[in-house]
Amino acid sequence: MTSTLTPPAVSRPPEGGKRKRRRPFFGKNPLGLLFSAPYLVFVILVFAYPLVYSVWISFHDFFFAAPGAQVDRPFVGLENYITAFSDPAVIRSFGNVGIFLLINVPLTVVLSLLLASALNKVTHFRAFLRVSFYVPYLTASVAVVAVWLFLFNGNGIVNQVLGPLAPSPSWLVNEHWAMPSIALFVTWKQLGFYILLYLAALQAVPQELYESASTDGAGAVRSFFSVTVPGVRPATVLVLLVSTVTGANLFTEPYLLTGGGGPNGASASPVLIMYQDGLQQGHPDTAAAIGVVLVIVVLGIAWLQNRFAGGND
Amino acid sequence: MAKQLFSHTRMSRPQYILRGVVLAIGALAFLFPFYYMVIGSLQTKPDPSVVGAFPNIANITGENYVQINERINLFQGLLNSGIFTGGVLIGTMVFGLLAGYALAVLQWRGRGVTFALALLVQVIPFQLLMIPLYVLIARDYGLADNYLGMILPFFINSTAVVIFRQYFLQLPKELFEAARIDGASELRLLWGIAIPLVRPALITVVLLTFIGPWNEFLWPFLVTKQSALQPLAVSLANYISTVAASASNPFGATLAGAVVLAAPVVVLFIVFQRYFVSTNIGSGVKG
Repeated sequence: MTSTLTPPAVSRPPEGGKRKRRRPFFGKNPLGLLFSAPYLVFVILVFAYPLVYSVWISFHDFFFAAPGAQVDRPFVGLENYITAFSDPAVIRSFGNVGIFLLINVPLTVVLSLLLASALNKVTHFRAFLRVSFYVPYLTASVAVVAVWLFLFNGNGIVNQVLGPLAPSPSWLVNEHWAMPSIALFVTWKQLGFYILLYLAALQAVPQELYESASTDGAGAVRSFFSVTVPGVRPATVLVLLVSTVTGANLFTEPYLLTGGGGPNGASASPVLIMYQDGLQQGHPDTAAAIGVVLVIVVLGIAWLQNRFAGGND
Repeated sequence: MAKQLFSHTRMSRPQYILRGVVLAIGALAFLFPFYYMVIGSLQTKPDPSVVGAFPNIANITGENYVQINERINLFQGLLNSGIFTGGVLIGTMVFGLLAGYALAVLQWRGRGVTFALALLVQVIPFQLLMIPLYVLIARDYGLADNYLGMILPFFINSTAVVIFRQYFLQLPKELFEAARIDGASELRLLWGIAIPLVRPALITVVLLTFIGPWNEFLWPFLVTKQSALQPLAVSLANYISTVAASASNPFGATLAGAVVLAAPVVVLFIVFQRYFVSTNIGSGVKG
């Protein structure tokens, strides 16, 4: 990615050793710290502290108390984790998100790379294609959920076109199709963003590689697999990571598209359970435990992806 | 650039056609639901048959917009979304720009750590923070049903900070040094030199920052119980999940609300799309 290269002026080493002692503690331009202070305070307040607090809550008996009331919140060890994961609904929600990721992540990688490389070489209708590819990503989930509900409804246009092939009960109320439908929806909704990432990565693939591939007699398909695919591998790792994190955070779609994770919890996601259990039913401690486990699982998956797809870079 | 690429890659005629077909199917798949949203919002009676996908003059009405406006106050919803989004835009354009400038142009202790944080923050799932943030903001600070509580977790967009840094890094160093010798203050440098030079690129950031809070559902949904304070995404979602069943044409009314929610972003994007360059965003996520 050309734009990520640091211009040489910045990587210039600090001035000679003998002048070092004259540099103030906060560096040459301590003003930089002042300029960044609001951002740093924001990060600590909204990310760092809540992150630690989340783990703390998950190990204590935590409940909502009236504001200002002094309440005892004893340390309970792993009790919240045990409570959370002896609930079959929680286990099932993790399984659901697993199904979601198995469909969504590979589909996202293949389709976004395919469309990005097709779009990359286009000279006509470029603006039109760009707008149409990015629009689902830019639009609120809530707005597009409304139209998908209409499209995939029992006698919606999708089933009308499919005729006898339509599943019964219909997609979003069918135990087997609810989660795949959500995975398909999210793939469609987010694809524009990943196309954008791949387009940026495609600019960085050296043109000479395509030239020499073509001199060696490779056709378009061959050079796609032997030049483009390896050339955009860093972007692929990023797409895997971002789509996995996004998928693990699934909330809006099962909440609205399948009416709160239905049918019978077939499309409930861990975050939906965290909301229902933690905030609706007032068990923030078990919800925090689910959140901590979810993040550990996601980190594990991300590590594996990086290990096997990242190669040497 | 594109022409060059084309001449280098030998593409036979069938492959050329195949590529056109792939792109056309893609565009159709992305656009059709939007087309259907608009058509559906204008129909008197929902017509889910294939014929219903084509506009029929006899069936066209603005009634659905009136109906959704009776259930959820569209103007109030748009205003709340606007305040929420505006707050985030102000925070990002003021404090995000300052941080981006400091990260790119100034040498200070802690710069590397701050930049690493800005990258790290982008992969922390917001949902992990959902419970503690709710406890802190809605309970401890008493900011439930309050614009501040809505804005706070999104106040400064970290992706924007990283993109700002990237833009400022691309400006020549000599420019700043010359101005500093002339005695210009850093704020003056930022305002008078750096910002005017990156102005076209700022549009990408504004657009990118805009869609976050405008489309956000989960957080404002958690912290607003009063309907008078809910952004449009939240009130429309509540309509979908509860009230829709009792409306005479629930799909028509829902789709009308969806059009109102989607339109500002889509219009903004179409107007500014030529500034929305892939490399800018790629660098923001990757650093």
